[in-house]
Amino acid sequence: MPLADPYLLPMAALLTAIGLTEIYRLGPTSAALRQGIWVVIGVAAFAATLIGLRHDYRVLERYKYIFGVTAILLLFLPLAPGIGETINGARLWIHFAGLQFQPGELGKIALIVFLAAYLRERREVLAQGRLKDWGPLLVIWGGAMLVLFVTNDLGSALLYYGIFLAMLYVATARLSFVAAALGLFLVGAYSVGRATPHVQERITDWLTPWSSKPVPCFFTGKLALRQECASYQLVQSLYGIAHGGWGGTGIGRGIVTFPNGQQIVPDQNTDFIYSAIAQEIGLIGAAALLLVYMAFVVRGFQIALKASDGFSKLLAAGLSFGFALQTFVIVGGILRVIPLTGITLPFVSYGGSSVVSNFFLVAGLMLISNRANRESTA
Amino acid sequence: MNAQLRHLAVVATVLIAVLIGATTYWQSWASADLANKQGNAIQNVVQLEIDRGTIYAANGMRLAWSVPHKKAGLTTYSRRYAGSSAFAQVVLGLDQSLGDYLTGTNTNLSNTFSQEIDRLGGKAVHGDNVTLTLKPGAQQLAEQLLAGRCGAVVAMNPKTGAVYAMASSPSFNPNLLQQPHGQTQVGRIKGTCGSGFAEGNRATQGLYPPGSTFKLVTASAALDTGKVQPTSNYYDPGYCVEYGTKVYNSSAPDSGGHEVFGNVTFAQALEHSINAVFCNVGKQIGASSILDYARRYGFYSTPPLETPASQRVPSGLYNNGSLWSPKNLANVDVGRLAFGQYKMLVTPLQMALVASTIANHGNEPTPYLVQKITAPDGSLVSATSPSTWHRPISAKTAAELTQMMQLVVQGGTAAGVGFPSSLNVAGKTGTAELNLGNIYDSWFVCFAPANNPKVAVAVLVEKQYNGFGATYAAPIAKAILENLLHS
Repeated sequence: MPLADPYLLPMAALLTAIGLTEIYRLGPTSAALRQGIWVVIGVAAFAATLIGLRHDYRVLERYKYIFGVTAILLLFLPLAPGIGETINGARLWIHFAGLQFQPGELGKIALIVFLAAYLRERREVLAQGRLKDWGPLLVIWGGAMLVLFVTNDLGSALLYYGIFLAMLYVATARLSFVAAALGLFLVGAYSVGRATPHVQERITDWLTPWSSKPVPCFFTGKLALRQECASYQLVQSLYGIAHGGWGGTGIGRGIVTFPNGQQIVPDQNTDFIYSAIAQEIGLIGAAALLLVYMAFVVRGFQIALKASDGFSKLLAAGLSFGFALQTFVIVGGILRVIPLTGITLPFVSYGGSSVVSNFFLVAGLMLISNRANRESTA
Repeated sequence: MNAQLRHLAVVATVLIAVLIGATTYWQSWASADLANKQGNAIQNVVQLEIDRGTIYAANGMRLAWSVPHKKAGLTTYSRRYAGSSAFAQVVLGLDQSLGDYLTGTNTNLSNTFSQEIDRLGGKAVHGDNVTLTLKPGAQQLAEQLLAGRCGAVVAMNPKTGAVYAMASSPSFNPNLLQQPHGQTQVGRIKGTCGSGFAEGNRATQGLYPPGSTFKLVTASAALDTGKVQPTSNYYDPGYCVEYGTKVYNSSAPDSGGHEVFGNVTFAQALEHSINAVFCNVGKQIGASSILDYARRYGFYSTPPLETPASQRVPSGLYNNGSLWSPKNLANVDVGRLAFGQYKMLVTPLQMALVASTIANHGNEPTPYLVQKITAPDGSLVSATSPSTWHRPISAKTAAELTQMMQLVVQGGTAAGVGFPSSLNVAGKTGTAELNLGNIYDSWFVCFAPANNPKVAVAVLVEKQYNGFGATYAAPIAKAILENLLHS
């Protein structure tokens, strides 16, 4: 890959290193060790992708329906009896052989590959806006709703559907499509949300995390202040971020546990790792971290712009936007910009599926940039 | 497609810029607000990481201090208290209200600097130390003498306002609160009066009918306005007529009937605590005059002290549980008010302040518990300088009242207590009716030596059978005076 983008991998490595450091700091040591092993696996997957697709990654286009089906299977895998698992009210996990895995993370990459190939093929037809061409769009909308309904996870649904909308816009240049599809999503999300207590609770927690009077507690069924029950994690994580202030407490000096060693914010090293980092490195450090994400995304879009063929452009755009949107959904959830949902912060959060799928993502962007640069220099 | 890609790149960049903006909001503008939220677990741990300062008694005895614990690389501190129940309410209250000093938040500049160095170096922040005016000997004695009963003792320097003893019973070992279920256990303490609330400081937040100790306020009004002299003559038929019915004097301790004194002077009326005379004096000078002097003494306002404001209440007329300033004074039963019944409720601290005022030539001292606050390096952060709170009565009135109160001890209601004449005590008994048959609240307020007062004391013992002030409260006051004047 002599002509691949020279910035992506160092940025990915930097984010991974920050994540590993914080996971090690939060403990237990075994978690950092396991994360280290996952990074090794991720790098192996990265290398295998580069080697396997060194001639022309566009062969993937031929297998688009395999990717499509794989994406659907992975997204719905947690529903399979026996291996599926519900954690924090959302059904996003599978477990076998003692390992927990979020197949949706890999499903996201597969979905982007499928959409890039599918939209490249159909973009002219779709752009004409005939009614019969709306079929696939509606299928995908239905799929996202179904994901939302069965996994109870607003964040994942928002992420997958947002990637779809972004890629649809790039492919067709029709904002009206995007607007219509967004309207459909909001209507659907509203009605599904109404029918799903978990989603409804998340929205209430977002709008009014502090209640002045005791309200029925979602978990115990008893009366409690919302900040001591449903929005406890959100609120305590915000307290932690606020405690960091401008300069932060310093790594290792943040307050993440009670004196008895119990974590103040559960899931601190996965969903809430941003809050621990923001507390310890402060606004200066957290803003720098977010700027690395921004730089990564900007590089991704530059690759998309430079790429010559539709598939490459769509793939690079999907991967970059997916990366940005995932960061926005989890960090925005922690910062009360949007309702909180449990997904991982790319490269930084603890979690094997996240690490591996993000290394696939970097590999994809590097392959595209290598080809684009080769073509432009040739 | 490039145009769309550029648009999308802008959207993605804006999404992340929003996150930077939101982080800025929480870490700067909202930061202080969040830090002060109830239930902020992080701030609670921060507090535990501070080595709170030590609270010392006047003689250097440690009353509250911090003990370090190391766990998982984190050093936290927990609080220990002198293992006696004598100091519970006052020290726990001060531990809370002096938090800014004890945690070093509110401190002098050199200490702020060294704290910042400590914080950057990852060392514990050390708070300031506090030295109180409490004298452990008197405090523990007061607690022992009250033990088994409900009540309160306040002893203070009448000239400076320095509080030597402030005891409240029932009490508890404050270390109990640090243990699991300790709070519940303390909450269950009811005491012999049946309405325990051991955590409350009865000296400053307990409200009791003052009984005849209130005659000091009525007499202040009568003498200070010049309407009555100590030598003014009154006739006591054994009762006073209120709203057309006879209100009798209390029964003599040794006889079944009501006391009848006949022709007496005003001074003798105080000496023997004759309700009928005070009832008529009240009617003579009027409720407005009595309430005016009560206000001059600080009734109707919360007495200043370093304990939490929630642990101090104003004395005054109370109607249905809330402080009452009557608009129409015709509604006030002035006869009963004059001898301390009716709706008048007072705190033991307020009565100690009344005694201090009389002892201090009519100047009411500002009471204080904190002698000084010092930084961990020993430098002085602040020291209390005595001040005057109010000037309710003239020096002449104070001198007249002092003489009348000496009569109480020499030949009046407190003659049988056995105060040694060497102490030269001036005092006033109180036996407050509770409408509980022969069960009374027993009061004694006094100061000594009368010619050069060094200590003023107010003692309240709740709900005693035949609880005459001279029987239950005065002996406690005597022991406290002896302890403080002989040491």
